[in-house]
Amino acid sequence: MGTIKNLAEGITALLKGLATTLKILSRKPVTEQYPEYRRPLPARSRAVIVLTRDPDGEERCVACYLCSAVCPVSCISMQSAEREDGRRYPRWFRINFARCIYCGLCEEACPTLAIQLTPNFETSGRDILKLVYEKEDLLVNHGGKNNEYNFYKRAGVAMVGDKGTQINEDKPVDLKSNLP
Amino acid sequence: MLLEWILGFVFLIVKLTIVLIILLTVAAYLVWVERKLLGRIQARYGPNRAGEFGLLQPLADLVKLITKEDTVPQEANKGIFLLAPGVVGLMALLIFAVVPFGSGVTLWGRSIPLVITDLNVGLLFILALSSISVYGIALGGWASNSKYSLLGGIRGAAQMISYEVPMGLSLVPVVMLARSFSLVEITNAQSARPFIFVQPVSFILFLIAALAEIKRIPFDLPEAENELGAGYHTEYSGMRFGLFFLGEYITMIILGSLIAVFFLGGWHGPLLPPIIWFLLKVGIIVFTLIWFRATFPRIRYDQLMNTGWKVLIPIALLNIVVTGALVLGTS
Repeated sequence: MGTIKNLAEGITALLKGLATTLKILSRKPVTEQYPEYRRPLPARSRAVIVLTRDPDGEERCVACYLCSAVCPVSCISMQSAEREDGRRYPRWFRINFARCIYCGLCEEACPTLAIQLTPNFETSGRDILKLVYEKEDLLVNHGGKNNEYNFYKRAGVAMVGDKGTQINEDKPVDLKSNLP
Repeated sequence: MLLEWILGFVFLIVKLTIVLIILLTVAAYLVWVERKLLGRIQARYGPNRAGEFGLLQPLADLVKLITKEDTVPQEANKGIFLLAPGVVGLMALLIFAVVPFGSGVTLWGRSIPLVITDLNVGLLFILALSSISVYGIALGGWASNSKYSLLGGIRGAAQMISYEVPMGLSLVPVVMLARSFSLVEITNAQSARPFIFVQPVSFILFLIAALAEIKRIPFDLPEAENELGAGYHTEYSGMRFGLFFLGEYITMIILGSLIAVFFLGGWHGPLLPPIIWFLLKVGIIVFTLIWFRATFPRIRYDQLMNTGWKVLIPIALLNIVVTGALVLGTS
């Protein structure tokens, strides 16, 4: 009797499996047809890196090498230089996207919001050397995630104007009036 | 007299060509059908890039297989290595020579039977050829001189020899009922009712044994991808691999045709023309094979051997005895 029960159970199991696959056959596929349909990516998804500009249209990058130092695959390299007014900038700036893992650590390390990751990921091509982006390829004409921020208005160059006239700065306290 | 002979020969050649072209085209598109169906069963689309609905996919595959490098492993036994895929492809094609696919048509006063050759031992011919195609697998696996190929070849040989026995035995009741080995006679014996209603046990036995014989999931141990690389054809590339592949899909069509002929009544059926009935039956069987592939996991080697020797053969023998008694009793 045990054998017959086992056999019945086995056959029921096989038929159940067949019914399941047949049921799914009538279902609509869940595949997204990529080049025709591009899934809207979240604004903060991480892919190709850009160098942004501050509101005056100047490069934000101060060539501090922090991104290059933090990069786990060492894909960022640059050469710093200084303008006459003391403002630093990278003479050249290079990112090898063939090595970049889009981890976003450079963006976190950047003190001036210069380096930012964008959702654009479609960089594939036939020539691997085309994946090495120079400064001209990386620079964009906007401020990325924060259009207002302007590093050199707060630091980095010789102060223009008096104490207490800078952004978010209180008037200097008169020591004498501060006595008890 | 001579003219008559030449005319017959020309008709035969034309028929052969047409059947060969149709068989190869159908086999190529069967790959597309299988990939499409498997895709839908796994909630994806399957091939849809080459042409409308991916219909040019077989063509693209063909171009790819032909243009690929044909490599031979350094330590391989070259002659046998090059020969093995041909054996598989050729045997698969030859089996179709005895399969009747229609009742026959009359063209310009000549009656043309819709079968390449109505061999009076057709059934034995099929069993013999399916035995020979074991050589393709076993020799291909052995000649590659690779452990995966060898394991695949050995498994193939063991499995196909084991399941040949229940396959042959399950067809004995069919022969008893039809009183002939000829596939045309067997089809004609089912004009009233297909043998599947008379011999359901035989049908199930043949389906299982033939599934194992053509090495399809759930009996695909000789090529078990996740254990043996690709089994007996691991070392093959280009069109030689293509021949193994083609052989596999032609065997699928042949299995469909054989089940249609032995158990589903061949071309017999109401209303529709005979050839449509035949294609319909083959299509249903082929769909079932793909459906099985999408559903069942591969069985274990010990389960394979146990099922073959301890279950299928005793049932087949019992079935022969019972059928024989009934045939004797009623005649």
